[in-house]
Amino acid sequence: MRGLLLDASRCVGCGACLAACAEQNGLPEPCGTELTARQFTVLRKVVGRKGEVYYRRLCMHCLDPACASACPVGALKKTPEGPVVYDASICMGCRYCIQACPFDVPRYDWNSLTPRLGKCTFCAQRLSSGGLTACAEVCPTGASTCGEREALLKEARARLAAEPGRYLPRIYGEHEVGGTSVLYLSPVPFRVLGLPENLPLEPLPQFTGRALSQIPPLVGAAGLALAGLWWLTGRKQEVARSENRKPADRGSR
Amino acid sequence: MMRLKTLFWRLVALAILAAGSYATLVRFTRGLGAATNLSDRAPWGLWIGFDVLCGVGLAAGGFAITTAVYVLHLEHWRPVVRPAVLTAFLGYLLVVVALIYDLGRPWNIWRPVVLWNPRSVMFEVAWCVMLYTTVLAVEFAPVAFDRLGWERASRACRAAIVPLAAAGCILSTLHQSSLGSLYLILPGKLHPLWYSPWLPWLFWLSALAAGLAMVIFESGMSSRAFGRALEMDILDQLAKAMVVLLGLFLFLRFWDLGSRGQLAAALRFGGPGGQQTVMFWLETVLLAAPALLALPAGVRRDPRRLFTLATAVVGGFLVHRLNVSITALEAHAGIRYFPSWMEVAVTLMLVTLGVWAFRLAVLHLPVFESARRKRATRTQACYA
Repeated sequence: MRGLLLDASRCVGCGACLAACAEQNGLPEPCGTELTARQFTVLRKVVGRKGEVYYRRLCMHCLDPACASACPVGALKKTPEGPVVYDASICMGCRYCIQACPFDVPRYDWNSLTPRLGKCTFCAQRLSSGGLTACAEVCPTGASTCGEREALLKEARARLAAEPGRYLPRIYGEHEVGGTSVLYLSPVPFRVLGLPENLPLEPLPQFTGRALSQIPPLVGAAGLALAGLWWLTGRKQEVARSENRKPADRGSR
Repeated sequence: MMRLKTLFWRLVALAILAAGSYATLVRFTRGLGAATNLSDRAPWGLWIGFDVLCGVGLAAGGFAITTAVYVLHLEHWRPVVRPAVLTAFLGYLLVVVALIYDLGRPWNIWRPVVLWNPRSVMFEVAWCVMLYTTVLAVEFAPVAFDRLGWERASRACRAAIVPLAAAGCILSTLHQSSLGSLYLILPGKLHPLWYSPWLPWLFWLSALAAGLAMVIFESGMSSRAFGRALEMDILDQLAKAMVVLLGLFLFLRFWDLGSRGQLAAALRFGGPGGQQTVMFWLETVLLAAPALLALPAGVRRDPRRLFTLATAVVGGFLVHRLNVSITALEAHAGIRYFPSWMEVAVTLMLVTLGVWAFRLAVLHLPVFESARRKRATRTQACYA
């Protein structure tokens, strides 16, 4: 399982990653600091006490992605190599994935008549042929590192241990919503980077999974209950009818 | 005077159809962005919140009544079966039409039939809606078959009515509750006044209550429109069931808020969550007040007052669904969503078409037949 380690303390904001991403995915020239259906990663700047901090935002490629569990037709899938990939040809465009994403990442082509979901592809093809993501390959400072997720976690822990003053003592994405393939190290609170701090550590699909798992027993129980009630009420009616008839019969005699 | 009023409503309907047709043109030639106020921050709007969530919920009267009559042998509710099934059938057809407007790639609407993702609540809803719309079609078909004189087809449908009604009950229970389950995946996004692990059951209870309210509402409307006598003894019992369901809903709602420690938040009117609190109380009062007011039998047996109360319950239900689908997401999204006039026009057009289809069906098919026949036999019995 591959991952991407983003170290906000190492990023100098050169933007090489943005250009590489656009070129790799055949997207227009990157501009602005908001993700769009045609820009899969953005570079932002915050000014903290220790000076300027540059950071990127992109799809987190959750280990158990809410979007993929939400999609009714499986147009979004987590591949074993790590990427969460999208297949527009089967997508209905219901946009439940956009609702479900805890990081508010997927973007929609609102003005298209054949709209597609836009989000980072994690360079799935490059990864499957053994390569690195386009953004990590061009990064000159090691702010974006692509590799095995386990190795990246080890690397991140090593960086935290080596320079504790440089970072907040936490790897964002290690445990959030069950873990994500994209991991963050940051000198400023993750909230400042727009990464939600109130996320459960449990994968989000389990919240809907609990409700869905009640369905088979519910169907069985409801079926039995309805059959029982149908028989019972029918029988009661029959008895009532025959009892009504009896006194009448007696009366006529 | 009467003719002036009819003329007025005809003109209103025409204006709605014209605006809706224009909006349809824009939606299907220039895309969702041009026709709606939807955005990445508000990916679901009026068409999902009202047309789908409310449309499906208000059609719950169909399965409630058929279950009561065919499974629980509540024979004397039979006169309201046909209008309830017809409303539900038309309601579900309109939901499907609304989905075609709302889906970005509607030509793929059939995909869930072959592409299965059983982990998706949306997948489960899609299947249940598909199957239940079929059930409703078969349940209503005999009315049309009788008219066409297709006796064998009609008899075949009637023979299957008990299992059909039971299947309809199970399918409806599943998707009515699953519309609430859709929102379970948003623990960090949905406002805590609405996010609850009990959402599926809250949706099921409120749909049942509102579905019965809708049957009462519709009886009132059609008695006015078609000069029909009201079945007050049935409506009284429906209202009683509605009160019980509303009581259960409100009990679960407040018990859940208490157990999650959100009761204080429900009383915080100032500050950033003030608007959500107001909307919470609007929905709660619209559902609780009619439940309390309908307790005395005298009120329930007064057609005018019962009609008003049922209307309030339908209103409270609409506010509840729109709160879950729109209000509860605004704080997280950081934007206010308000539908564009074209979204409103399409919704109004669909409602108008639904009312018009109902009217056509009542005028040309024996929808209220069983009631009429029953009254006729009762009158004959009196004379005999």
